[in-house]
Amino acid sequence: MNRVLKGFAQAAWFGGALSLAIPLALAESPLPERKSGFEFMSPESQATQQDDFSNPGMLWVAEGEALWNAKAGATGRSCAGCHGDAAVSMKGVAARYPVFFAESGRPIDLQSRINVCRKTNQDATPFPLESRELLALSAFLGKQSRGMPITTGEDKRLEPFRARGQELYEQRQGQLNFSCANCHDGNWGRKLASSVIPQSHPTGYPLYRLEWQSMGSLQRRLRNCMVGVRAEPYPYGSQEYVDLELFLMTRARGMPLETPAVRP
Amino acid sequence: MSRKPRPVGTSRREILAAGAGALALIVARPARATPESMADAIKAFVGEAEVREGRVTLELPALVENGNSVPLTVKVDSPMTAQDHVKRIAVFNERNPQPNVALFYLNPRAGRALVSTRIRLGDSQNIVAIAQLSDGTFWSDKAELIVTLPACVES
Amino acid sequence: MARALINVPAKAKRGDIIEIKALMSHPMETGYRTGPDGALVPRDIINRFICTYNGEEIFSADLFPAIAANPFFSFTTIAMESGRIAFRWIDDRGQAHLETAEIAVE
Repeated sequence: MNRVLKGFAQAAWFGGALSLAIPLALAESPLPERKSGFEFMSPESQATQQDDFSNPGMLWVAEGEALWNAKAGATGRSCAGCHGDAAVSMKGVAARYPVFFAESGRPIDLQSRINVCRKTNQDATPFPLESRELLALSAFLGKQSRGMPITTGEDKRLEPFRARGQELYEQRQGQLNFSCANCHDGNWGRKLASSVIPQSHPTGYPLYRLEWQSMGSLQRRLRNCMVGVRAEPYPYGSQEYVDLELFLMTRARGMPLETPAVRP
Repeated sequence: MSRKPRPVGTSRREILAAGAGALALIVARPARATPESMADAIKAFVGEAEVREGRVTLELPALVENGNSVPLTVKVDSPMTAQDHVKRIAVFNERNPQPNVALFYLNPRAGRALVSTRIRLGDSQNIVAIAQLSDGTFWSDKAELIVTLPACVES
Repeated sequence: MARALINVPAKAKRGDIIEIKALMSHPMETGYRTGPDGALVPRDIINRFICTYNGEEIFSADLFPAIAANPFFSFTTIAMESGRIAFRWIDDRGQAHLETAEIAVE
């Protein structure tokens, strides 16, 4: 048994199980084999996600709608002031993020894109990453694409960043020396502690995680995984997260967006 | 050493060791309810009255994915008329920091004695629901739950 | 700030038993959790929830820290007459909230 992990029986099991794994990337896996985290949840958690009056994520969606219509910044403009009815103007938008952002020459995720708009068009202070407001607006925008197929990655300029995301996904890291792929490609459907390991399709972010008792972004979830393998998480807003999200969302193309999802 | 994954039924110690977040939970946990303190809380609710099994149905998932949010439904077999109805339903636990979960007040306007909520459970344990009827009798149901911790929690 | 999502059917037939759902935004801080500085985070929960139908109480609850964050309740009532169903809740900081929904009964 690994000396470093002595006493961490679960971590040692983690190592034992995963050393068997043949990490085959799911990158080319046909749609029917791809499973949303929804399918790995209990019927009770599924029911919570599916009922808009029971899904706590809908509290953030409602708050996001209020923010969409609220005037902000020195310009006194609201999101709706330019974009109009989000049900029309934002339909399908979240389903294609991250997108290539010409101004920076790099991909940008939805949260940062909202903040760009806030800064340049509203002349308002950007919301801190993972703030309630930014999660609320992201959830509200995500909800406008709920049920629509994910279309991320069509822009050819994204390719080097997607490839970088895939590299990060397959790269071993942390004291336990596992890659994302070790668990989520090689061992999905098996158990870690008593949780089922899902495939890694970020189809419902931002989502309400019961563990968080709150809404959170994919970046927060990726940080949890990094802590799980005893790696130092990248700071919030790092390009690594955007590249990882780009890789994962491109791989999830065709799967329906579930925002606001519920997960354990 | 064995290279085979463990069967589903890991021990409590192993589950708690699964993450730093889980360890923090243990450290932070103060004194908690016990079957005895639950019995005291029940006594405070029912007084000297006898609590009979039946008429109450307590619905909880058999296996809980995350103890932070566990759906709970209580139903009582009652016509909910002015003459014969449920007045109060209390829910108790035996291993959270406190034995009380919730106390619901109903009246004949409900039409049905049916309440749902979501509760927190710090550990695998028994949950008890007791209904007080308008005739002064108390009825109960009990459920045993297995609570597991999720993988990859925050540190 | 979205404080709550309330689901009451807009229309019902007199005598129908209707289901009411309430989902409130609240951390339900237990008072048993430590913050980043190691000190206990003070308890702040919704401790009382009351639902009235045209002023008459139809359901209420005393709540404890074992109720999940962003509390959810569902319960039933008999559609008696058109009017207002009101929801009030109070937390440990003494903050009271009120939400209402209209129902048309035929």
